Amino acid sequence: MIWLTWRQFRTQAAVMSAAVAALAALLAVTGPHLADLYRTAGSSLVDQVSSSDQTLYYTGLLVVLAVPAVIGMFWGAPLISRELETGTNCLAWNQGVTRTRWLAVKLGVGAVAAMTAAGLTSLAVSWWSSPIDRAVDGGGATDTYFARLDPVAFAARGVVPMAHAAFAFVLGVALGLVIRRTLPAMAATLALYAAVQIAVPIWIRPHLAAADRTTVPIAPDGAPISIQDGAKQIVAHLEDVPGAWVTSQQTLDAAGQPAAVPSSFADCLRTEAGPPTLQQVDRCVADLGALGYQQQVTYQPAGNFWSLQWAETGLYLGLALALTGFCAWWIRRRVT
Amino acid sequence: MSAVLRARGLGKRYKKRWALQNCDLEVPAGRVVGLVGPNGAGKSTLLKLACGMLTPTAGTIEVCGGRPAAGVEQLAKVGFVAQDTPVYAALSVADHLDFGKRLSPGWDDAEARDRIRRLGLDPKQRAGKLSGGQRAQLALTLGIAKRPELLILDEPVAALDPLARREFMQDLMEAVAEHELSIVLSSHLVSDVERTCDYVIVVVDSQVQVAGDIDDLVAGHYRLTGPRRDMDALPAGQHVITASHTDRQTTLVVRTDTAVHDPSWTVDPLGLEDIVLAYMARPADAVRDTRPALEVVR
Repeated sequence: MIWLTWRQFRTQAAVMSAAVAALAALLAVTGPHLADLYRTAGSSLVDQVSSSDQTLYYTGLLVVLAVPAVIGMFWGAPLISRELETGTNCLAWNQGVTRTRWLAVKLGVGAVAAMTAAGLTSLAVSWWSSPIDRAVDGGGATDTYFARLDPVAFAARGVVPMAHAAFAFVLGVALGLVIRRTLPAMAATLALYAAVQIAVPIWIRPHLAAADRTTVPIAPDGAPISIQDGAKQIVAHLEDVPGAWVTSQQTLDAAGQPAAVPSSFADCLRTEAGPPTLQQVDRCVADLGALGYQQQVTYQPAGNFWSLQWAETGLYLGLALALTGFCAWWIRRRVT
Repeated sequence: MSAVLRARGLGKRYKKRWALQNCDLEVPAGRVVGLVGPNGAGKSTLLKLACGMLTPTAGTIEVCGGRPAAGVEQLAKVGFVAQDTPVYAALSVADHLDFGKRLSPGWDDAEARDRIRRLGLDPKQRAGKLSGGQRAQLALTLGIAKRPELLILDEPVAALDPLARREFMQDLMEAVAEHELSIVLSSHLVSDVERTCDYVIVVVDSQVQVAGDIDDLVAGHYRLTGPRRDMDALPAGQHVITASHTDRQTTLVVRTDTAVHDPSWTVDPLGLEDIVLAYMARPADAVRDTRPALEVVR
């Protein structure tokens, strides 16, 4: 059975291996130079990265983010739906393999391959990007590069891409098993995987490790703030906590209770025409601070990176296992 | 007499619709059984239940003394060639034999390679490039070389041209003679069954209408033609399958164990095709009323 699975899978495996090898080679050639740069420049590296390296940085990010989705769509979804479409599952199921074992081997081989591919890609990209990541976490002021904890970069670093790939693969298999047609299963896999990847950073990841909380004064010379939503919201930027991932913001009143930004602030910022001048903004911010208003910021510090990585890896692997159980149940009870 | 397939009150329901119901069967071993009926009658459902691709909604089915697809041992006893004879399009013919060898405990590799050679298939050819007849032959080879006690074939020749159809059936019969295996094959063409089978099961409207040895069936059914009359006048032991009347004449198809002595009837023997057609033409509600009469006395 392992032979058959491998025989059916080897073309896909070869294509993926070639792609991963090509990427790894490209990164291996350009990576050492970046590491050297970090040794001499430290955190100011962020201002000295060449434009080609910058392209590589974003390419690596995109590749690691895309690998699990691609695996789910092109390995997971067709794995069983294609057999059901062509009827070849009858061939295997009547040749001396129980369908449970058939599923187990297919899932096992596929999941190991998926995790290997995603793991190697993530390893290569994480290694290549580590000088930039360290520079950002070390306080290199930048709008160009993501902190490792930023939702975009987090899913493209460390061990979570392996768990994402395992989950996406089993998700594809499960949808293929239920939908029984390859193309709709592929589309559903992409849609559902994307939905999960958006939902987890918004609702789940902030709670996977103990968050830190700090209260910063609202003052012209304090932490830089942005004024949003018609002066109804204030967002403080934690410049002295580099690499942090801010998960929520709350304005507090003089009593230290959560409160809305008072309307007097919006009134103060109102102008006859055009945006308020800088002096006017500073004066209004100072007035708000004088009323006792402060900004409470909840964030995951950069040091939580690995505990968040392991927690999310566990979460996704748990989901993958649950889906595996569902597949096993479905193939015995519902597939005919 | 050992039964290769035994069903009791077997039924399969898809959502609201019964694909097969109230199926009682006892098929003796060592036979070539033809399962005939119109499209959608429940033939495929019965065969899939027998090989364990489906699980019954009602009743029980036992094949070669065990529950279908209960485990590796049971899987080894029963071979199944599915409708349209699917094969792995990307794998070569040799790969398919390799696959059988690795997966089937009782695989007869010499037989498989010999068959492929005799059929003139190129082992290196990808199965997706084979013609319909060659593909069916490859699927049959996989079924035969695993050395099952019972080989089930679902419409194996439906997609083949007449020549390929005959070759396939001949080849199948040779394998039967050589390995003493039981065969159950379905077809919507009575002629296929008549040529190759010695036992027939007729399925219409999700019900088994009749099952029995073909010779017994042919010997036990007659067409009676005579002046118009009431059917109540028939002696006991004669069961009407179909009746048609014109103003002056009555034509009956009857099943009987004894000779018809009434001199007012013209008695004609019936071929298998006529018998099967008579059962197919029977109104669906007639089945339940005449249930006891369905068992063919052997």
